Amino acid sequence: MSEYILEMKQITKEFTGVKALSDVNFKVEKGEIHCLVGENGAGKSTLMKILSGVYPYGSYEGDIVFNGEVQQFNKITDSVGTGIVIIYQELALFPDLPVYENIFIGNEVNKSGVLDFNKTIVESKKLLDKVNLKVNSETLIKDLGVGKQQLIEIAKALSKDVKLLILDEPTAALNEDDSENLLNLLRELKKQGITCIMISHKLKEVISIADKATVIRDGKTICTLEATKGEINENTIIKNMVGREIEDIYPKRDKKTFGDKILELSNWTAYDPQVGRNVSKRVNLHVRKGEIIGIAGLMGSGRTELALSIFGNSKSYKLQGDLYLDGRPVNLQHTNQAIKAGIAYVTEDRKGDGLFLLQDIKNNISAANMKGISLNGIINENEEIKVADHYKTSIGIKASSLQQLVGNLSGGNQQKVSLAKWLFVGPKLLILDEPTRGIDVGAKFEIYSVMNELIDKGMSIIMISSELGEVLGMSDRIYVMAEGEIKGELSSAEANQEKIMEFATQ
Amino acid sequence: MKLLNEAKHLVKDNIRDYGMYIALIIIMVTFTILTDGLFMSSRNISNLLDSAGYIAVLAVGVMLVIVIRHIDLSIGFLAGFLGAIAAILLMQVGMPVYIVIPIILILGIFAGTITGFLVAKIGIPAFVATLAGWLIYRGAILLVTEKTGTIIINDDVFNAIGNGNIPSLMVIGGVHLLSLLVGALAIVFYIYSTIKNRRNKIKYNFEVVSKEIFILQLVFVSAIIGYITWVLASYNGLSWTVIIMLLVVIVYHFITTKTVLGRHIYAVGSNPEAAHLSGINVSKITLLVFGSMGMLAALSGILYTSRLQSATTTAGTLFELDAIAAAFVGGVSAAGGVGKVTGAIIGALVMATLTNGMNLMGVGIAPQYIIRGGVLALAVIFDVYTRKKRV
Repeated sequence: MSEYILEMKQITKEFTGVKALSDVNFKVEKGEIHCLVGENGAGKSTLMKILSGVYPYGSYEGDIVFNGEVQQFNKITDSVGTGIVIIYQELALFPDLPVYENIFIGNEVNKSGVLDFNKTIVESKKLLDKVNLKVNSETLIKDLGVGKQQLIEIAKALSKDVKLLILDEPTAALNEDDSENLLNLLRELKKQGITCIMISHKLKEVISIADKATVIRDGKTICTLEATKGEINENTIIKNMVGREIEDIYPKRDKKTFGDKILELSNWTAYDPQVGRNVSKRVNLHVRKGEIIGIAGLMGSGRTELALSIFGNSKSYKLQGDLYLDGRPVNLQHTNQAIKAGIAYVTEDRKGDGLFLLQDIKNNISAANMKGISLNGIINENEEIKVADHYKTSIGIKASSLQQLVGNLSGGNQQKVSLAKWLFVGPKLLILDEPTRGIDVGAKFEIYSVMNELIDKGMSIIMISSELGEVLGMSDRIYVMAEGEIKGELSSAEANQEKIMEFATQ
Repeated sequence: MKLLNEAKHLVKDNIRDYGMYIALIIIMVTFTILTDGLFMSSRNISNLLDSAGYIAVLAVGVMLVIVIRHIDLSIGFLAGFLGAIAAILLMQVGMPVYIVIPIILILGIFAGTITGFLVAKIGIPAFVATLAGWLIYRGAILLVTEKTGTIIINDDVFNAIGNGNIPSLMVIGGVHLLSLLVGALAIVFYIYSTIKNRRNKIKYNFEVVSKEIFILQLVFVSAIIGYITWVLASYNGLSWTVIIMLLVVIVYHFITTKTVLGRHIYAVGSNPEAAHLSGINVSKITLLVFGSMGMLAALSGILYTSRLQSATTTAGTLFELDAIAAAFVGGVSAAGGVGKVTGAIIGALVMATLTNGMNLMGVGIAPQYIIRGGVLALAVIFDVYTRKKRV
């Protein structure tokens, strides 16, 4: 019976010197539900992008065999043409168009270019029936919940005569009912002979639905587990996901004494009106003076949202619960209030919302503390240069001069500029969001050392990170988040990769 | 030879900054040749600068609006409307000029702040909000001039703003002394500040040009300032319009380059998200920039009304587009965060020079529009091209 609908053989993909995938083998049988699991950055998405033609033929090594033929996809429409459809986590729907137009977008029912609306509506109703969705096909997408939108995406895929359906974390934004509904639909589709690959971080779902599960770690296939052999269970999956040796690149801190609580959150809930759900739910946590708190969790678990809600509520969430600084309740309504109160936030996306790329190093370093270099609103340029020069040497920003544009620096040096900008503010609490993403090992070590120095000076740090090694290596205490909630708290002594993953995949 | 090489590199590396100066000089030289020197005559240069004034101040304001990624279409008719109000206050209400001018400027700030409020607090796209302003102020001009039509102003002090010259103190051989003194002062100040700036840069190991090039630069710029002053001083002397333009340039140049406010404006323009996360109040900056725009629109209205010595029913027509064009010729970037006060002024001068030169040559209005459009397109193409090369 075992007939492979898809075989990906010896796939290797490099991004300017970094191997994202090396010799990955991935086989999917016809009519099965195959889950792909692994940590953030393990290479799952890259593999799926190769399969769907986002990375064209020739940009990787290895072969894709689909339906018994070697395929050479140059663009996404090539893979769709053969019956491979991928549904991304960020849905590709048009909120202001009705359901029926969304289903047939790019694939319109037409007669020599003129749309046939009646036929479109009739056909879309058939597809909605197939995905068990009872909505009027003239409803606008923006009036539907995320769960229903997800089903529309699947209906869209079915309209393209899909043979292999790929879902990238389909339940990440769904509540439990909607998730269950979606999984049932996948089982239904399986009966109709549609093969399905699902990327998921929720192990319970994987266990309940997968016929097979392939684990990817550090760009390599680790193993393929089979449900019929009883291999798909939490322990086995987690063990294979994290089994990496942690390198010892974390500088040690000698003295570990913690003072009073400087930040405390109690029953902290943040509602985001833009996505229409709570992004943080009843969070309780505290940070003591001189402590490094790690916040672990997978992407989309609500860590950044939590940080932003603390840092002057910069996304205008509706907040409930209390925030205490040094034991006193405070209400921070703008980033400048948060900065005055002694909080600093180094963003996850340094190019997007952290730095002024078209400005030079010195302007970036002084941006959050202009008071420190000006008198009566007039900038003292000598003072500004002195300050920038001080940080350039003390944290080792490698640049030809302070006048170099930040956009032209390497990732590691950009991160150091972000760090310098906040050190110049002199906060009590520094929130670092993915402080070492995309930077090389040497620069990482330097950033860790800076963190330790700051702690020695009496600062406290919250470090949000997807890298388990970093969380374990640097933190004094660890909170694990999933779905906007704190799922667990671990001391540095009791924490290990398996325990964190267990909480994170709940 | 080494000097030539360095000059070459310097121009190449700073082509974005130097581009428009070079363009202005080329255009001026071309017109001088084509008109047998008539273009460079004292009378014409003085005339050209006076006619550029009301667009130049608008260009400075709208440059900042574009830097923070917005646009303002209402400024032309706002200028015209406030000019009409000034005329009414002077001629019909009979207020003295020293009270009318501050009132008009404050009204301008008020009008600009309303626009800013709509954009920053209510969240209406600037294009739409200011298009509404465009219609409203156009209607308002017609409304206030409905009964009288064109309002003639015969207040000598007010009319001097657009037509008069600074007192000469003493005329020596047909040359106005005070104008010469102002020019000399400007040169001294220029030399002093650039030398100070260079010393500072050397102190902190910043890259500086070689001494020879630096001296060449000093001599060149001083010569240009000196020449223009001489030309003006040997005609009627500096006009009040030029003095006002210079003041606007000095004040706005200082604000944008030396103050915290200026830094915040460019931060908001280059990355509003990062600015917000750096504790900068983005909506406050937006309000301020639109407020300053309103004030400059009022100033532009005063300059124009005074120049015509009357408020007409069509005053302000297309000023906004001329100002926006000048700002873009002057190197402001629609992507935000990039633009200079000096650039906006040079842009306005380029556009005014084109009009003036072509008028002297007797070029028809139709080709004039087409040529100015072409220059605007070229300037932006140049900007996009040099930007790509840099990163």
